[in-house]
Amino acid sequence: MEIMYLLVPVSVVLVFLIGVVFWWSVRSGQFDDMEGPAYRILMDDDDAISGRSVEAKVKADAKRGTGAPQK
Amino acid sequence: MSETLSTYNYKVVRQFAVMTVVWGIVGMLVGVIIAAQLVWPELNFGPWLSYGRLRPLHTNAVIFAFGGCALFATSYYVVQRTSHARLFAGGLAAFTFWGWQLVILLAALSLPLGFTTGKEYAELEWPIDILITVVWVSYAIVFFGTIVKRKVSHIYVANWFFGSMILTVAVLHLVNSAEIPVFAAGILTPKSYSAYAGVQDAMIQWWYGHNAVGFFLTAGFLGIMYYFVPKQAGRPIYSYRLSVVHFWALIFTYMWAGPHHLHYTALPDWTQSVGMLFSLILLAPSWGGMINGIMTLSGAWHKLRDDPILKFLITSLSFYGMSTFEGPMMSIKTVNALSHYTDWTIGHVHSGALGWVAMVTIGSLYYLLPRLYGKPEMHSIKLMTVHFWVATIGIVLYIASMWISGVMQGLMWRSGNADGTLAYSFVETVKATYPFYAIRLVGGLLFLSGMLIMAYNMFKTIAGGSTEDAPVLVPAGQHA
Repeated sequence: MEIMYLLVPVSVVLVFLIGVVFWWSVRSGQFDDMEGPAYRILMDDDDAISGRSVEAKVKADAKRGTGAPQK
Repeated sequence: MSETLSTYNYKVVRQFAVMTVVWGIVGMLVGVIIAAQLVWPELNFGPWLSYGRLRPLHTNAVIFAFGGCALFATSYYVVQRTSHARLFAGGLAAFTFWGWQLVILLAALSLPLGFTTGKEYAELEWPIDILITVVWVSYAIVFFGTIVKRKVSHIYVANWFFGSMILTVAVLHLVNSAEIPVFAAGILTPKSYSAYAGVQDAMIQWWYGHNAVGFFLTAGFLGIMYYFVPKQAGRPIYSYRLSVVHFWALIFTYMWAGPHHLHYTALPDWTQSVGMLFSLILLAPSWGGMINGIMTLSGAWHKLRDDPILKFLITSLSFYGMSTFEGPMMSIKTVNALSHYTDWTIGHVHSGALGWVAMVTIGSLYYLLPRLYGKPEMHSIKLMTVHFWVATIGIVLYIASMWISGVMQGLMWRSGNADGTLAYSFVETVKATYPFYAIRLVGGLLFLSGMLIMAYNMFKTIAGGSTEDAPVLVPAGQHA
């Protein structure tokens, strides 16, 4: 299994790199807030029609079951 | 800053999103054709359209054309929206689109013509391999360049999955495709030999093959899941902490599952056992991710009732959970002794490929398309629901028939008479498999019909749509 002389070093280098990235991400505070990021993507309004027609948006939201309920 | 006038680069996302559907139809059509060839061998026309040449075309088209375009489209969208920055190097991003389409076109020509390296999922010859490398490096520059210019300090978890996919696939492709070209054969009729030989080559091949499943078809699509499930549900991911643990656990442990493809071969026993062990370990992070995705709907299950996008996304997670349980089980040597070389493997692959990869892709595309074309929603919600049921019934027919025929084949092959001779000849197992091949064809046809419904719905949505790019938004609640 001479191929292990290639695959094992490749894995060791990769794990080392992953370790470095992990160490950087912990030290730079990537994981300080484990709640906020989950909400922040929801606060990014990516609806195509936002700002174009408020009426159409409310209608679409109601149909999708998101947004405020309508009477 | 001048960022006020900046928009997101939706053009390249649009291009990849539309081509995902187109290549999905092409790849699945080839799949239906080869499934029909197994039922009616008369359908093998000439060498060019024979099963042996169309099968790699099917796998390459669905994995790299359909799956690849889906990854490009979603990762470009997610990295821009979560970084609050326009895509880095727009020209290079356009090049990744045209370059990737050229790769697909060359694959569609060269494989039926018989140019192949003979390495599964890496059949393309050396000039195409070089083109893939150039496109992939450009992809990495565009993606990580956008991460670097992000306007929020936190890198959303989906981007970690996409990023690890890009880096690992680069390493896998470079190591596995190391080959020595026969320059005398010319560049138009390329021929090459692998840099490795015998069982060493087999080990490299499945180290590549399984990690392609793990990073291209799992990590990348988990990135899709971690963005589109919360967005469509309108709720944060069940546990953000778990998603971070999921990511690091998955990438630290994935790399060594490959040898389970080589159980009971010339590969040394200890290497097979290492492969089995790592495959079993993978069950933990996989199920952590599945539970995390599904539980996002906790307290809002009613949304599943009439939202076809959530139906697609949540069903895809169920199939992800199923196939990541089935995979480790099949990697156990005693189970593998029964399942190896049978249709069970084909059933397992398609429960992952159709159930997980295709369903999560379809769900996220239905989310993306109206947003990319300035519409409030898809042209027809009803057709999306029809698509969901047609696709689901198709998958169930496909995988159930392959399970039954696979287990049957395994049992028939291993059963012996008292005098030590085999109870069945090989052709008897082929004959017994016949009805299941027919059921599988029906399942595949249903799944393909679903994609055609999607294409109709997509073109209706695009018609009269606006291709205006959305403005880059200032991050919400951002503290300097």
